[in-house]
Amino acid sequence: MNELSLTRALYALLKRDLLLAVRRRSELANPILFFVLITTLFPLGIGADAKLLQSIAPGIIWVAALLAALLSLDHLFRSDFEDGTLEQLLLSAHPVSLLVITKVLAHWLITGLPLLIVSPLLALLLGLPADMVGVLMLSLLLGTPVLSLIGAIGVALTVGLRRSGVILSLLVLPLYVPVLIFASNAVDTAMSGMPVTGQLAMLAALLVLSLTLAPLATAAALRMSLS
Amino acid sequence: MLQEKAEQIPSPILNVQGLSCERNDRLLFQHLDFELRPHQVLLVEGRNGSGKTSLLKILCGIRLADDGEVSWCGESIQRLGGEYTHQLAYVGHTDGIKLELSVAENLNMARAMGRPANVSIDTVLEQLKLSAHHDDMCRMLSAGQRRRVALGRLLITQAPLWILDEPFTSLDTQGVAFCEALIEQHITSGGMVVMTSHHAVNLDNQYVQRINLST
Repeated sequence: MNELSLTRALYALLKRDLLLAVRRRSELANPILFFVLITTLFPLGIGADAKLLQSIAPGIIWVAALLAALLSLDHLFRSDFEDGTLEQLLLSAHPVSLLVITKVLAHWLITGLPLLIVSPLLALLLGLPADMVGVLMLSLLLGTPVLSLIGAIGVALTVGLRRSGVILSLLVLPLYVPVLIFASNAVDTAMSGMPVTGQLAMLAALLVLSLTLAPLATAAALRMSLS
Repeated sequence: MLQEKAEQIPSPILNVQGLSCERNDRLLFQHLDFELRPHQVLLVEGRNGSGKTSLLKILCGIRLADDGEVSWCGESIQRLGGEYTHQLAYVGHTDGIKLELSVAENLNMARAMGRPANVSIDTVLEQLKLSAHHDDMCRMLSAGQRRRVALGRLLITQAPLWILDEPFTSLDTQGVAFCEALIEQHITSGGMVVMTSHHAVNLDNQYVQRINLST
């Protein structure tokens, strides 16, 4: 009980972030609302051309997911930075990169997972064939954690600035492009009846790459922002 | 001979050599040297903007010094990393507590992040005079009460080195007396404290070293 325990620290941090999200609600509701709104606006704007909608559905859903992720990024470290808890995290005895992974996991559970859950509904709304929903969800499952991990670097770099919105998107969006390309291409390819293992393998590789490198970069960026 | 050997067990010691810090191209302090051993308090004095907070942040390792070195038991704190940070407890300008969490939840979080002390949350809350607020959200508390929760971090974890930036801010007179008693108790039991304060600090002079950044 009186020793340092890494698992207890990580568990406490995860629980704290989830609890805070539930208590603040808007953090939980905003990204998902935004995601649903964007996707439902497209049919209204484009018209009821079922074929056209079907062919651009993967792109719409993925762009909406990407913007929803971008919108929610600031919550990751901003409030911790403002109330001084971020300093306390850096001063804990535990490796900051592991604390970062835990925070990103909490962030993904709060913002990424709900997108994954409502995506079948939106896919059907846009007329995507039912057997393509699986591929879409798989691409979201592999892709959205990458968005959170890469985004964490951007937020960590800009958290010390007062108006960081534009800089954050300029920093992060170019890095999101590979995910967008491979993910929407996976669904497109699946619709034309070809195998998608290549695209999914690339997404998985991006996930592994960002999971190993992004926390280190984020930890270093946080140290810089706080000093 | 034997006694000499026993004394060689390294007692924790914070050593600062040739420390300089500048901010916005302005030199805050330079060539700062001091040493802090167990049973000692270092009182950092100086007018506003003289670099007190910067110095404390450098001592924590949050901020890098522009020149010079801070070492703990002879090792540079940058090299020690987590091994050094779990020896210290820091209470800064911001309280470092979450307003949407209850008092007990905040203390639990603090305990999980550091080396837990052998006390229960209830005992600590009693000492802090916050027993009635166990489950209250910190948002509902007054500034002084939030400060007490932040100071609770010192009690719920065991760290030999305390770094306190204006610990008396927004505390009432009883709170200040309580905080002083806390520091004194920590010092007599072998702890070390680095602190800044604009108020006169009522501590036994035999423990206190002073350093003035304005001169």
